[in-house]
Amino acid sequence: MKFTVGWLREHLETDAPVSVIAERLTALGLEVESVVDPTPALAPFVVGHVLNAAPHPDADRLRVCRVDSGSGELQIVCGAPNARAGLKVALALPGAVIPATGDRLKTGKIRGVESQGMMCSARELGLGEGHEGIMELPVDAPTGAPLVSVLPVDPMIEIAVTPNRADALGVRGIARDLAAAGLGQLKPDPVEPVPGLFPCPIAVTLAPDTQESGACTQFVGRLIRNVRNGESPDWLKARLTAVGLRPISALVDITNLVSLDRARPLHVFDADRLQGAIHARFATEGETLLALDGQSYTLSPSMVVIADDARALGIGGVMGGEESGCSAETVTVFVESAYFAPERIAATGRALGIESDARYRFERGVDPESAVMGAELATRLILDLCGGEPSELVIAGAPPAWMRTIAFRPERVEALGGVSIPRPAMITMLEALGCVVTDNGGPVLAVQPPSWRVDLTGEHDLVEEVIRLHGFDAVPAVPLPRPPQPPSVLTAAQRRMVAVKRRLATLGLCEAVTWSFMPSAWAEAFGGGQAALRLANPISSDLDAMRPSILPALVAAAGRNAARGFPDLGLFEVGPRFHGGEPGQQTLVAALIRAGARAPRHWQTATRPVNVFDIKADVLAVLETAGVPVANLQITADAPAWFHPGRSGQMRLGPKVLATFGELHPSVLELLDVKGPVVGAEIDLDILPLPKARPTRARAPLSLSPFQPVGRDFAFVVEEAVSAEAVIRAARGADRALIVDVQVFDVYQGDRLEAGRKSLALAVTLQPTDHTLSETEIEAVSSKVIAAVTKATGGTLRA
Amino acid sequence: MTFATLEDLIQQANTLRARQLDAIGAADSLAALDAARVAALGKKSDITTWMKSLGGMDPEARKNAGQALNALKDELSQALDARKTALAQAALGERLARERLDVTLPVLPAPEGVLHPISQTWEEVVAIFAQMGFCVAEGPEIEDDFHNFTALNFPPGHPAREMHDTFFLPERADGTRHLLRTHTSPVQIRTMVGQKPPIRILAPGRTYRCDSDMTHTPMFHQFEGLVIDKATHFGHLKGCLSEFVSAYFEVEAVPMRFRPSFFPFTEPSAEVDIGCSRKGGELRIGAGDDWLEILGCGMVHPNVLKACGLDPEEYQGFAFGMGLERIAMLKYGIPDLRTFFESDLRWLRHYGFASLDVPTVHGGLSR
Repeated sequence: MKFTVGWLREHLETDAPVSVIAERLTALGLEVESVVDPTPALAPFVVGHVLNAAPHPDADRLRVCRVDSGSGELQIVCGAPNARAGLKVALALPGAVIPATGDRLKTGKIRGVESQGMMCSARELGLGEGHEGIMELPVDAPTGAPLVSVLPVDPMIEIAVTPNRADALGVRGIARDLAAAGLGQLKPDPVEPVPGLFPCPIAVTLAPDTQESGACTQFVGRLIRNVRNGESPDWLKARLTAVGLRPISALVDITNLVSLDRARPLHVFDADRLQGAIHARFATEGETLLALDGQSYTLSPSMVVIADDARALGIGGVMGGEESGCSAETVTVFVESAYFAPERIAATGRALGIESDARYRFERGVDPESAVMGAELATRLILDLCGGEPSELVIAGAPPAWMRTIAFRPERVEALGGVSIPRPAMITMLEALGCVVTDNGGPVLAVQPPSWRVDLTGEHDLVEEVIRLHGFDAVPAVPLPRPPQPPSVLTAAQRRMVAVKRRLATLGLCEAVTWSFMPSAWAEAFGGGQAALRLANPISSDLDAMRPSILPALVAAAGRNAARGFPDLGLFEVGPRFHGGEPGQQTLVAALIRAGARAPRHWQTATRPVNVFDIKADVLAVLETAGVPVANLQITADAPAWFHPGRSGQMRLGPKVLATFGELHPSVLELLDVKGPVVGAEIDLDILPLPKARPTRARAPLSLSPFQPVGRDFAFVVEEAVSAEAVIRAARGADRALIVDVQVFDVYQGDRLEAGRKSLALAVTLQPTDHTLSETEIEAVSSKVIAAVTKATGGTLRA
Repeated sequence: MTFATLEDLIQQANTLRARQLDAIGAADSLAALDAARVAALGKKSDITTWMKSLGGMDPEARKNAGQALNALKDELSQALDARKTALAQAALGERLARERLDVTLPVLPAPEGVLHPISQTWEEVVAIFAQMGFCVAEGPEIEDDFHNFTALNFPPGHPAREMHDTFFLPERADGTRHLLRTHTSPVQIRTMVGQKPPIRILAPGRTYRCDSDMTHTPMFHQFEGLVIDKATHFGHLKGCLSEFVSAYFEVEAVPMRFRPSFFPFTEPSAEVDIGCSRKGGELRIGAGDDWLEILGCGMVHPNVLKACGLDPEEYQGFAFGMGLERIAMLKYGIPDLRTFFESDLRWLRHYGFASLDVPTVHGGLSR
């Protein structure tokens, strides 16, 4: 919402400078977005007097003028057609900065003739669009006086109006708020009724369903004949231009003026283009209308149209029609001032995609009592600017019921607001806003909000108004009382999430945050892409599916980094993965990838690409951090299809799959346009077992054996398909009391073995607890290990 | 061998001494030194032989001769030890010289990963509000209309709904559409429905708006605070936020400005600006006379309390919401919101945080 300070002062008696007004507006919740004050930029300009203007010796279109600047005579070369002797002009002296261009003026030669200054047009001064010639100042303007002293300079303020403050979409409403907050006095401004000279020849009706549904409850009209619609006078054009509107014609400009001044949208019809009576009714299905914006709209029966006997004339409260609009030829005008229900206008505007000033105001709530006032004010302006003879008003329907009385307990201000304000001060504030306050001395005040404050519906609204006018900054800040025993801030799962992130970072992976949505082709390749998870209105067509996995985004990120010259990296993200379109159908996962070389090219070691064991190690480290008993994990080679079928696996704990890991499938990498190998994993954080609630934090007693552990090595030859895990598990299980650790220290497959077989070398650690083991006892355990492995896997001890 | 006189023995011993000391001094390896030891003090050495021959001397001369030979033995023994030490030292020195490495060679890097600024800021914010007794609450990112709008006092068709640029999921069988939550405020509703006051929660998380330009991304992070009890008022809201702002930006007494604003779910509602200076293009929080908007807040609207089954006559409190990226950008001087989501390794390493750089209030929030 834009307005000028001069305009505001028509409603508000105040001497406050623009900076003070702006500050107060912001403090009132009418946040100032910008102040455009041309005064400082115009300070260097003075009134000049053109003494004579002679033709330029070397250019037909230029004139050489002698100009009195008040402090001396200057020679100025000027190209304006209106440069002539006797003119009072806006004069820029060398050194002045031209507002429109930002150029600093210098003495220079134009076509060989020295020019010692510049006479400016309105546009060059940033004061308007006039560029036909230089600005012509009043002839009595004193030569040499500062330009701003003879020019009406009016700073413009733009405020952001929150959707609840429909009343502040008019300058008078803004003035009222400032006055209520103690900045100035609201000027009385009664809108006097204009007596009609004849009955309105155009009848007005409200269709019963339209009126009863509340869609349009009141229609006020008036015919004015013998008007002359031409350009608006300068003051009106200047006013509209200053707030960014283009002047069109006096009749149209007047409706815009009333809309901006009173937050009261109006419409004017060329009455000679109307047929019969005017009706407010619901549109018929498929009814079309050519609107003022030149677009044709197809309407539906939930929308209100203003129609004559023949056809729809305009979309009620949203936009008028092209065919019935006023033009320069209009001599008979019909003024419409009606009331439309906000939600109806919002729905219509949204359905048609029309943004108009009328929609903007009606959907926020126009003062329901303003229809007659609007018609009268418009009539007065039309008579003043265009002449004519007014008919009597014609009124159909009545304003919607809006009167309400709010029971207001002044003590609620202190209870909710934490600030003590005397009761009489509260009453004064509410009255200044237009409320009628009845105080019978009891604890409750009866407050009737004014018709224009459609947002004041309950006690809490009045509490807010009082605190707002008192000033939020005047509310003392009070420390929030601390709870005596702060509760546990994070749940076990939240704590674990934080630990997992930090563990992943210590492993050398960098945390990324990627979109929760991705191209549906990616989602489909990772087991998702179902219809319930496709966005109806994605931000772009390649971000249309909620992700079923974080991996594709990380892999794609690796590809982008590789393209920038960083192919060797590890990335992780902890975030949601979606498996259904209902709230809660999401899982918190930690996804991680490694790409490129695991070991860099380095003098100490050979380089090698990442492999599945790198990512498996990462996953185990994370699970360990997350408190998972990793020794109990089963690893199976049945990872989902987006992994390499021979180089991937799942980690299970009982029936639950905690993590999937592996090398990404080559066809997936092709889809993501990334060069491999890339290894990745996803850990389902929500499914990981949480520590059991325990009465104390004491740990189990530590029992240490005084006897040295003993190691024995074995090499088993097994079928290629036998998993190492099966061999390890069998060896471990051979003697649960003594065997504490089994490690694979060598894997061999090759010429020295039968085809289809491999050799696994195990280091088995025995830990005696009550005596040193004898050689015989060790031999006995060794035999058990061999027997167990043979039984479980068919493996034999390698010769 | 026998000696004619004691003098004769001493003379011979002196000759022997000189020879043996020379031999010991000349030994240039442990093996040579061992040979010298055998020659000097071994069973077949002259001294041993002479000692054995002393029996033939008269007692007085034998005593003197024994003393002289023993002294010689000790001296040779010491010389042997000294030589052995010297040889060992020389050998060690030689080994050390041989073992010399060029320690300026670069080591194998142990690449340290980083945490994203969003995670770090998450922890910082949690640490601060933990001190004030806030627990972290969570909620789903796919939401229904009730939790995201209706219960938060957005009437259907209200212009404020449109300002949210909502992402919608496809229509469901019952004709309704779920959406991606446009703010973290639905967590307020889920908390109040599920838990009786007193309530103090902090709800950080992903939020979504169908908007993408220089300063907007379709996904971003917010955190929501909610306090509900029987006495918390607007003054507490100011106190709480002022404490947060000072703690987070690690600046004492940041100037704050509470501007009346409008949110359907709070009343009174305010937007909060903090004082800053932008001199020379450098943003400094807490100094200067410029303002910077950082958050929205207000007293929870009675309709919201009612929607959650709480009696607004009995319970009251405040709520606030902030953008995690925004406050991270302000504190750490990150210029462009969009870069948060680009996963550019160079950016992550530059703006990220070390794995062990855990923010705590007692340890100073950040370095």
